[in-house]
Amino acid sequence: MADIQLERVRKMFGKVLAVADVSLHIKEGEFMVLLGPSGCGKTTLLRCLAGLERVDGGQVIIGGDDVTDHPPGKRGIGMVFQSYAVFPHMTVFDNIAFGLQMQRVSSAEIQRRVGEGAELLQIQQLLARYPAQLSGGQRQRVAVARAIVMRPRVLLMDEPLSNLDALLRLQMRGELKRLHHEVRSTTVYVTHDQVEALSLGDRIAVMKDGTIVQLDIPDRVYDLPATRFVGSFIGSPPMNFLEGTIRSSNGARALETAGVRLEFHGVPARGRDAVLIGIRPEHIAVERVAVAGGIPAGAIPAAVVVVEPIGPQKLLTVQVGPSTLKVTTPVDFAVDQGQRVWLRFDPSRIRLMDPQTGDAIAS
Amino acid sequence: MTTPGRKALLTVLVVLISAWVLFPIILIALASFTTRTQLYAWPRSLVPSPFSAETMRFFVQAQDVLQSLLNSLLVAAMTIVLAVLIGAPAGYALSRFRFGGKEVFRLGILGTKMFPATILAVPLAVSFINWNLYDTLLGVALVHTTLALPFAVVITTSVFVGVPFELEEAAMTLGCSRAQAFRKVAMPIALPGLAAAAIFTFVLSWNEVFAATILTLRNRTLPALVMNAVGLAGAPIDYRFAGGFFMIIPALIIIFVIRRYLLTLWGVTVR
Amino acid sequence: MTVAEQRLEQTLPPVRRQAVDWLPYVLLLPTVVFLAVFFVYPMLQAFVLSFRSPEGAITLRYFQAMLKDTYFAGALRNSFLLTAIIIPLQVVLALVIALLINTRFQGHPWFLFICAIPLGISDLGAGLIWSSFFTERGYLNLILQNLGLINEPITFLSFERPAWLYGAIVATEVWRATAIVMVILVAGLQLIPKDYFETADVFGASSWRKLRYVTLPLLRPALQTALIIRTILAFQLFATVIVMAGRIVPVLAGEAYFQYGLLRNVNIASAYAVLIMTLSMTITIFYLWLLRTKEEELGRG
Repeated sequence: MADIQLERVRKMFGKVLAVADVSLHIKEGEFMVLLGPSGCGKTTLLRCLAGLERVDGGQVIIGGDDVTDHPPGKRGIGMVFQSYAVFPHMTVFDNIAFGLQMQRVSSAEIQRRVGEGAELLQIQQLLARYPAQLSGGQRQRVAVARAIVMRPRVLLMDEPLSNLDALLRLQMRGELKRLHHEVRSTTVYVTHDQVEALSLGDRIAVMKDGTIVQLDIPDRVYDLPATRFVGSFIGSPPMNFLEGTIRSSNGARALETAGVRLEFHGVPARGRDAVLIGIRPEHIAVERVAVAGGIPAGAIPAAVVVVEPIGPQKLLTVQVGPSTLKVTTPVDFAVDQGQRVWLRFDPSRIRLMDPQTGDAIAS
Repeated sequence: MTTPGRKALLTVLVVLISAWVLFPIILIALASFTTRTQLYAWPRSLVPSPFSAETMRFFVQAQDVLQSLLNSLLVAAMTIVLAVLIGAPAGYALSRFRFGGKEVFRLGILGTKMFPATILAVPLAVSFINWNLYDTLLGVALVHTTLALPFAVVITTSVFVGVPFELEEAAMTLGCSRAQAFRKVAMPIALPGLAAAAIFTFVLSWNEVFAATILTLRNRTLPALVMNAVGLAGAPIDYRFAGGFFMIIPALIIIFVIRRYLLTLWGVTVR
Repeated sequence: MTVAEQRLEQTLPPVRRQAVDWLPYVLLLPTVVFLAVFFVYPMLQAFVLSFRSPEGAITLRYFQAMLKDTYFAGALRNSFLLTAIIIPLQVVLALVIALLINTRFQGHPWFLFICAIPLGISDLGAGLIWSSFFTERGYLNLILQNLGLINEPITFLSFERPAWLYGAIVATEVWRATAIVMVILVAGLQLIPKDYFETADVFGASSWRKLRYVTLPLLRPALQTALIIRTILAFQLFATVIVMAGRIVPVLAGEAYFQYGLLRNVNIASAYAVLIMTLSMTITIFYLWLLRTKEEELGRG
């Protein structure tokens, strides 16, 4: 086991910059998730770490050793591929034993360690089979077992669950979490699935255009997105964004949107007047005001465009001025398309962004 | 598509065309098992009575036939080894790497495939005399390799495209060098495909007449021997019939064995 | 400019000089060297042999000798004539077989196998097979005799019966080399997505119109390949002809064979080789031009 230090790693494909001078420190035993849309450079970064791509600049340091120029087999890594890359011409046993045989481990030791790995992944009864006789989930387990019996200093996983069907993916996700708790190896896990990232990662590095835009623990990545991109990439449905303005009256600055003054205490003391308000669907309370009642203070009027029951909740699409927002309500909240409702934002959950750059404004 | 008229038409066409292809083969097989005296008799019956291996035996025991059969097999074996050893690395490179000049190479291979390459045996004969390759089996094998190489490159390219590079990468993360990953993973998986390339090469070499005839004098391959016997010496009909049948037997067997891969081998890679 | 690119410009480039990956070139090297020695070099050598006099000057004497040769005019005419007769027959027959196979009738794999058998048979083998039919003591005479049509065998393959000679050669070549056209067309048909036919069905197109407006246009690349390969092979044709007709029906490749094998005249044989090469390439270019896939037709799909 070891920590990983990436120092200004750069990778170009022709003239395209796939990884743009990324620096990242991954602690010993940490489960680090690289999250981002396809083409963001996350897989390329992982492959640079594995030594499957030669970096065009920077350093890769594993456990204090500079391995930048080492071939993949000399880096002390184990890797699980998206396609599993289980060798079709070998039995499950030979697949798992392959790396150990390359290391010239004694056959008794191989027997023992393959048995251990197979037990850990509950594939003991499959050892004599060929990959063609296995299901996708079983092949996945073989691929993981093959990597961990090497006792790698670092375990690398490239979208390992993306080829599984939904139910199996959920099950394997739990298995991987259990495995990490048992083995505790430093893990780097690439995915484009934000739910996987949130559920598995000790920390998440969100990537875009070859750079890391946010590096933090899952809760903070979810609650305090560093940019508009992170907010809209993570969460399903994603964070809502609507235009807001900061107005000064009587020397105090207050946040307004759609002509409504919002209750919000984090207004920055200085700076531009136009802002982008980010708020997650579950942090918006929806109210229907009784016929007799007037307009509730601090509530934003909205028109319901779509009502979708999604099991535990209802998902509403509402129109506020020019913006379309997604909000969730309890299932028993009676509402119909075309009705008028009032929205109340949880003041502690509002996130302000710069409308030009999309970066979060410190409050 | 299932009206009775159509179905009848389809059946008639299929039967007629199958008969057109099979009939001559059956005829020459019958001729090869007719005794020599019967072959020259007039009139005689269509089906030999009795069936006799005499004519086949006469051909096999004719001068140089067994030696040239051996020569043909040796030339084919050398051609297979050369074509696969030289062509497979190129096929591997085309399937795995992006590099400058790749398209030029591809076009060159395509041009070579579409070239009447057997004709090159004429100028090569002169060079071969200087290089001490004239009238040698190796010389014929080298020309056959030239004919087979473009196809070997194309077939092995598609074979290696079918072996995911991730498998080799996985082997490399498990401690293999690039060469070890190829040898322990890509190679064993590609083996059946390489066998297909070998079979294609065998058929090509076994059937090649022109270059083999031009480039040999005494060390004839079987087609070159028969060609000369027929073309320049006017061989008798029993020799012709038995020789013809004898030469097509291996091809018939091979086409039968690889019938599932006919389309891929000839239909796709030939273009 | 993306954010990443802006950042790149701001940072100092700690770029390592990346060496060119030589591995692919090393792997291609054997093929390139081999083809240079055994393909490019003899090709140049063919020109040298046919254009250079023993004194080292450029000469046309070998070509003049070739042109004056008694067999040349006939060989040129026969090569073109046979090609022009054989190839259309092969394409039509191959297309019929390919379309039959494409109906996926029960047993079509066997039909494909039977039709593909001649793939493994050489022009020499095919010539010998068919000579057992056409020769004087062959099966054609036997059948005619059994039917009571003749009493004495007829010598079909003689210079007195040129039509029979041509017919026998054409039959043999159509029998032998239709297979390669057929296999290329079947492979080409398999590449056509089923949607096209389903769309045509939706619009109620008749079978004939489907063939004319859907299948054939989409099959054009396969047809082009098949035509090029067949034509080049047709100009290399010699064993079939020699078996059937000896030198009564001279052809270009056959003359190269006789000039070298019988007369030991390398220079004139090389002149024939250069002629065959030139003709093949001209015809290939002609086909590429004739059957060029028009861009707008591709885009319309």
